[in-house]
Amino acid sequence: MNEQSLRDLIEDVRAGRLSRRQFVHTLVGIGLTAPLASQMLAYSGIAQAQAKSTYKPTKRGGGGTLKLLWWQGATLLNPHFAVGTKDQEGSRIFYEPLAGYDNDGNFVPILAAEIPSVQNGGLAADGRSVVWKLKQGVQWHDGKPFTADDLVFNWEYAANPATAATTIATYRDIKVEKLDSHSVRVVFQKPTPFWAEAFCGTRGMIIPRHLFEPYKGDKSREAPNNLKPVGTGPYRFVDFKPGDMVRGQINANYHEPNRPHFDAIEMKGGGDAVSAARAVIQTGEFDYAWNMQVEDEILLRLEKGGKGRAEIVSGGNIEHILVNSTDPSTEVDGERSSLKTRHPLFSDPAVREALNLLVDRQSVQDHIYGRTGVATANFLNNPERFRSRSTKFEFNVDKANQLLESAGWKRGADGVRAKDGRKLKIVFQTSINAPRQKTQAIIKQACQKAGIELELKAVTASVYFSSDVANPDTYTKFYCDMQMYTQTMTQPDPQVFMEQFTSAEVSTKANKWQGRNISRWRSDEYDKAFRAAESELDPVKRAALFVRMNDLVIASRHIIPVVFRPRVSAQASKLRAPLSGWDNDLWLLRDWYREA
Amino acid sequence: MSQYLLRRLLIIVPSVLGISIVIFTVLALAPGDPFEELATNPNVPAEVRAHLRAKFGLDDPVAVRYVRWLGAMLGGDWGFSFASRINVDDLILGRLPTTLLVIGSSQVLALLIALPVGVYAATRPYSIFDQIANTLAYVGFSLPTFFTGILFILVFSIQLDWLPFVYRSDISATGWQFYWEHFKQALMPVAVLGLFQGASWTRYVRSAVLDVIRLDYVTTARAKGLGERAVVMKHVVRNALIPVVTLVALQMPAIFGGAIVTEQIFRVPGIGSLLITAILANDTPVIMAVTFVFAGLVILCNLLADLLYVWLDPRISYR
Repeated sequence: MNEQSLRDLIEDVRAGRLSRRQFVHTLVGIGLTAPLASQMLAYSGIAQAQAKSTYKPTKRGGGGTLKLLWWQGATLLNPHFAVGTKDQEGSRIFYEPLAGYDNDGNFVPILAAEIPSVQNGGLAADGRSVVWKLKQGVQWHDGKPFTADDLVFNWEYAANPATAATTIATYRDIKVEKLDSHSVRVVFQKPTPFWAEAFCGTRGMIIPRHLFEPYKGDKSREAPNNLKPVGTGPYRFVDFKPGDMVRGQINANYHEPNRPHFDAIEMKGGGDAVSAARAVIQTGEFDYAWNMQVEDEILLRLEKGGKGRAEIVSGGNIEHILVNSTDPSTEVDGERSSLKTRHPLFSDPAVREALNLLVDRQSVQDHIYGRTGVATANFLNNPERFRSRSTKFEFNVDKANQLLESAGWKRGADGVRAKDGRKLKIVFQTSINAPRQKTQAIIKQACQKAGIELELKAVTASVYFSSDVANPDTYTKFYCDMQMYTQTMTQPDPQVFMEQFTSAEVSTKANKWQGRNISRWRSDEYDKAFRAAESELDPVKRAALFVRMNDLVIASRHIIPVVFRPRVSAQASKLRAPLSGWDNDLWLLRDWYREA
Repeated sequence: MSQYLLRRLLIIVPSVLGISIVIFTVLALAPGDPFEELATNPNVPAEVRAHLRAKFGLDDPVAVRYVRWLGAMLGGDWGFSFASRINVDDLILGRLPTTLLVIGSSQVLALLIALPVGVYAATRPYSIFDQIANTLAYVGFSLPTFFTGILFILVFSIQLDWLPFVYRSDISATGWQFYWEHFKQALMPVAVLGLFQGASWTRYVRSAVLDVIRLDYVTTARAKGLGERAVVMKHVVRNALIPVVTLVALQMPAIFGGAIVTEQIFRVPGIGSLLITAILANDTPVIMAVTFVFAGLVILCNLLADLLYVWLDPRISYR
């Protein structure tokens, strides 16, 4: 799909021939994120449909206690210090951003009066600034008004390196100017295509200036409110025990009518995913549990009781295989898998192509992941319903055999193919995790039929995913021929996600293996496309560039996508909770309710 | 006696130092980094992590870090949790009451089972009651707590739906309801720990009583015309319990260890589950502090056991 066809699609939406929703889903299908698609429409002057709320209760409160189970409990409640999603979710009960992203990628105003657009003058034509208008009459839990000063403060707070905020990347390159008491202008250093990151979504929660002002910079850790959040959210803070329990009670002055539904909220932490699923789906002790990393077989069995269900939303996480482009067995300057080497087997494109044909994605989905892993050919997200028609995957042992045969890889007496004295023996590593070992076995079996010998290796997750420079078994060192893991997509805009295949990001000894290009695949064409996308303001052109990048990565066969991993949560049958794959689970907590 | 006590207290100093050095070095050598999650998150620039590491002094050599930690510890500063960004002592104090409640009640339960059953079985050795008690005791201490824990959950929570299997330290109910809820949720973890401990103690009590009950002075007491009850309670049990009391004191730390697993299974927010989360998050100061508390408990309980000997059995004297 090129720029022109994208423009045609947008025209179709404008003329009403294509629904907004279909448009978004088409773009998701070709490997773009929903928020990006939504933004393209905004730039083209197609106003966002007012997302219809499904919230039914007609009065505030009366819903009892909402019991959430997070098998990894929140350890801190300052969103600017959040280390993982568990901390973001804990903070999200009390703090709110200006806007969140719903599952279709629409921006939903939360503390903003409206979403900036070209029509309302919010978006500057040169892409260097955006004006946010704040909702009037919003109060912090302690009664102080929420104003533009709070936004300016959040920017100063997070951008200050001494604060050591984990949100620094979002705020350090922008400037925030107060226009009046309820509007601010966010100024970017260069034309910025994706403007809805600061103050939006997971990294946009806003903390009150009047309580954190004295604790900017070095003193940030001393702020008493790091543990006692005072926000604008639907629930007020009651009690927090790190790693165990977060409790809140209804905010009677909440800025939305009839909300929230529940009188109190509890977020219990600890334990493991399977028993969390049991507590929600089987016994009904809890209403909601997060991140169900549980085999689908177990979920299905639990669901038979009828007290709850597994809820699946699409996001951008992908389980994929990396095929090393460098040689892991030769050491150059104290480093294996060095850029100065080439992989003796994988430098032959026929071998990579054959491997791609030997990954039986459909079986992996059917027999291992079920609903929690959907077979895919794209590296960027790909929910089942909207699968792109242009990219396909195939499982074909015969074709793989033919490919290898014609490329000169002949079978030896032991059934293993060889060429020029080099045997097709490959070491394939991953972390220790039951579904991954099963996937390894499926691939090994297919490879055997094609005359490739796979040696399977499994590394403890705590070592494999560590950044320990001294350990040879980490995934970033990739001292191995092939490996498999899930790449998580943490931002709604694909730029940071796609940066991982640029040449500058190659993981090497020089950068202590912190680079994100693990397969060490390099392509000038890709780099050029990425650089162009970085400053390309026209969202349509930019989207076309991302599509191109996705296709380049897939065509290289150094990256073999296996299954797309949607987000799975457990919910009580009567709970109604709008979820989004592009934001936190609790992004729209104000609209959660229990059906009578 | 006081001289002995002083000597023992002095020995504690080097042992505590030794323990702390060992734990600290092992933790320093272990792979992992408290800010690992930041390293794998592309949205967090590497400088943030470098800054945090520098701020918490993680880049210094192990020896320097150890001396700094020791200095702070002597000054009563337990350190600062990387994961929660709060003081470690607050974190531990917040968790301690729950652990003490659960472990305390399980010990009471264990004693309530072990004493009567053990004594009764010993007074009627090889009777039907003794045989059954023995068999059950064997079963009890052969089954590890993580197994019985899950078994209890399956039977009482999932099949019968009688008891909750998620322990909550905050219960919003008041009055009787509050105690009832607490009782219900504590029942399974307490039973798991208590039955396991009770089983091994039963056997211990039985053999201790059995040793004493055959002695001549017991026969004398009987010959004197005392009732069976008085003989057993006043003459036998009192003497037989001396080794049992020390055993209970010595096993205290082991119970804290066993509670770690049980706490994890039932999501009991005690220091055991704190330790597990801290280990998973590589939160060194918290791991250090919790293991140190456990180490301190071992030493204290050992000392207590030795002192109890003297108090219970005047024939033993320390010089």
